[in-house]
Amino acid sequence: MSDETKSTETVDLWIAGTEESQFAPTDEGAQEISAEESESRLDAQFGRVVEDDYLFDEVVDDGERMIVNMGPQHPSTHGVLRLQLELEGEIIRRSKPIIGYLHTGMEKTAEGLTFSQGTTNVTRMDYLAPLHGELAYCLAVEELMGVEVPPRADAIRILMTELNRVSSHLVALATNGMDIGAVSMMIYGFRERELILDFLEKTTGLRMNHNYIRPGGVAADLHPGWKDDIAVILEEMPIRFAQYDDLLRNNPIWLSRTKGVGVITPEEAIGYAITGPALRATGVDWDLRKAFPYSGIENYEFDVPLGSKGDVYDRYRVRVDEMHESLKIVEQVMDAMPKGDYRVDDRKVTPPPRARIDESMEALIHHFKLFTEGFKVPEGETYVAVESPRGELGCYLVSDGGAMPYRMHTRAPSFANLQALPITMADSLMADTVATIASMDPVMGDVDR
Amino acid sequence: MSWPEFWIVVLRVILTFGLLLVVTILNVWAERKILAKMQSRIGPSRAGPYGILQTLADGMKLFFKESITPRKVELGMYVLAPFLAVIPAFLIFMMVPWGRPFMIGDHEVTLQGADLNVGLLFILAMSSMAVYAVILAGWSSGSTYPLIGGVRATAQAISYEAAMGLAMVAVVMFSATQGDGGTLSLAEIVERQSGTWGDLSPALQPVLQFVPRWNVFPQIVAFVIFFIAIVAETNRAPFDLVEAEQEIVGGFHTEYSGIRFAMFFLAEYINIFSMSAIAATLFLGGWNGPTFDGVLPGFVSAVLPTIYFLAKTYFLVFLFFWLRATLPRLRYDQLMQLGWKRLIPGALGWLIVSTLVISFRQFGPPWS
Repeated sequence: MSDETKSTETVDLWIAGTEESQFAPTDEGAQEISAEESESRLDAQFGRVVEDDYLFDEVVDDGERMIVNMGPQHPSTHGVLRLQLELEGEIIRRSKPIIGYLHTGMEKTAEGLTFSQGTTNVTRMDYLAPLHGELAYCLAVEELMGVEVPPRADAIRILMTELNRVSSHLVALATNGMDIGAVSMMIYGFRERELILDFLEKTTGLRMNHNYIRPGGVAADLHPGWKDDIAVILEEMPIRFAQYDDLLRNNPIWLSRTKGVGVITPEEAIGYAITGPALRATGVDWDLRKAFPYSGIENYEFDVPLGSKGDVYDRYRVRVDEMHESLKIVEQVMDAMPKGDYRVDDRKVTPPPRARIDESMEALIHHFKLFTEGFKVPEGETYVAVESPRGELGCYLVSDGGAMPYRMHTRAPSFANLQALPITMADSLMADTVATIASMDPVMGDVDR
Repeated sequence: MSWPEFWIVVLRVILTFGLLLVVTILNVWAERKILAKMQSRIGPSRAGPYGILQTLADGMKLFFKESITPRKVELGMYVLAPFLAVIPAFLIFMMVPWGRPFMIGDHEVTLQGADLNVGLLFILAMSSMAVYAVILAGWSSGSTYPLIGGVRATAQAISYEAAMGLAMVAVVMFSATQGDGGTLSLAEIVERQSGTWGDLSPALQPVLQFVPRWNVFPQIVAFVIFFIAIVAETNRAPFDLVEAEQEIVGGFHTEYSGIRFAMFFLAEYINIFSMSAIAATLFLGGWNGPTFDGVLPGFVSAVLPTIYFLAKTYFLVFLFFWLRATLPRLRYDQLMQLGWKRLIPGALGWLIVSTLVISFRQFGPPWS
């Protein structure tokens, strides 16, 4: 009863010029942290639930704690992530990521799009690794339908996704540098990313949100002269990576800012379902490309770089090493690119070539059916995951036998990785916050979907 | 004071003030342009040739923008803080001699705002005053990020001022041996750095006669410490924790906008220039340099010292920009450690070493 009257009192808005403000800030419901919380919630927020022994137990309790809102509008929260921090001077005692500012209901939207339209949707989730989202979705659709894609399509998929991994890691590197104050690294990372985006654009027509990988193959063959472009990338990138090492790896300030900061233990990483470079930095050898190979990636030789300490520095190193490995894969794919069709020759799944439509009545009908009602997918459900630059990007797909998914859910790596922020940041310095967030490399589109 | 003398004082103050304003506007543009080059960008290119008027355009924009006053501020301090930042910044440069004195009729005109006999102390005092602006701005904004910025500023200023002062002491002591007794006047310190080291040792005379008599050569350690300290003192990368954009948004000036923000911005760039000018004056011989009197026209010889002064200062200013493009930011505790565990002991050690060397040279070793 008293609660009810309380909530009605606070709806009055503050009016300019009046003395006492009646304005109650909007709250995010259960997501907020407040000064007084129950013991069990405090445990969770301090990260006591999972065992961690690296926290320094320096007690500066003079009662001077303040709760700071970091974000959603903040230079280094990578989009619209909002963090609430309980600060004691410069030291963070509690923190909580608050999400949902970019929620656009894309999983729900997927239920209203046919299976062939669905790739336009998933590609917008993790906008730094759009091709991985498309790949996971298409693999799921193909598994439900039992379609085998031709070897060239597989090779093109691997080529494009591995290039995409490099471009995504370059952004991670750039923003990580930026957040620690190495402003030039920001520009350099994005500059090199352009090389790859130019390549992707030549083939797919777009720099981002490609909608290139489709159920049954890919949308178009690689552009003429693609081998020369890849050769340029393969030649240029290692030189640039060496320059990054000069700028960061051999820089004492960078080392002191990253080593021993934002440590995640292997137990915590597994307990919080962290995947991707953040998991491998803790020393856990888990890469879906090795564990559950997809699209024939098992045919190429590459190593899985591992860290040992699970700190910001290890995550940075793992990313840099992964870029080298991805380029190795790209080189192998380029040398062994099979000839043949770039999509499955099944007119129930892929549209006929443009030229055929003018000649064949049947082709025209196929085309019309595909783009009006789409193809039907047999009843069933499946879960397929690929190794995106951020970790395990999974697509859970349920079909009721119609032309649209009954349910589509994306297992987003950024979302799971964000969960670990409170335990990673507890009792660290404010400046380490940004380093830790950047090293987890969250993409808010991937988190909120 | 006679009327001509009065007008000469007015003239030189206006000249110094004008120089500082012009140079600061150029500095902002130069930093953006140089950073852009280092980061393979273009930088300002629209306003005027090579975008040189960009700073003026930005300044005009800020001048006409609304200065928002948030509700929670402590109004008096909030309004006062920008002025507290700008005024010391201008006063510091008034101490710096930026050209060779010349004669108008029989009156000597020194190119310097004011030649105080306690010039260095005045500079130290003013640079401490400037910190008040940051602290008060942070505190009076009534917001969390500025408060954190203000607290950081306090700690940083205290730690680095000590190192800066100690480095200055070493120079002053050395400078005292170069002339007639000790001096804190910058004009005097510059005078004592004229000439070359040719008379130091007859054996090395052929080489040393080409080495200018700058304090940086015997006092290189003090110079390095002084330079690091002034980078920290002006809150520049890698010591820009006070306004670390990625951590605490804008730091102390988060809640400032319009012309009030512009004043903080102006003060920062004035400080970069005037601190570099002081370093050039103390260590790099100020306006000293070959003037070719009698060979070149008199006018050129009179202007050359100012050009030397600007060249030396800009070399140091360029170092500021270069540091910003290269280095990541230090963390708060690392900043404190660098200040208290490295710079201050280093400066103290150097002070002892240079005192011993100076006294040995003057009085001979104690065992003789």
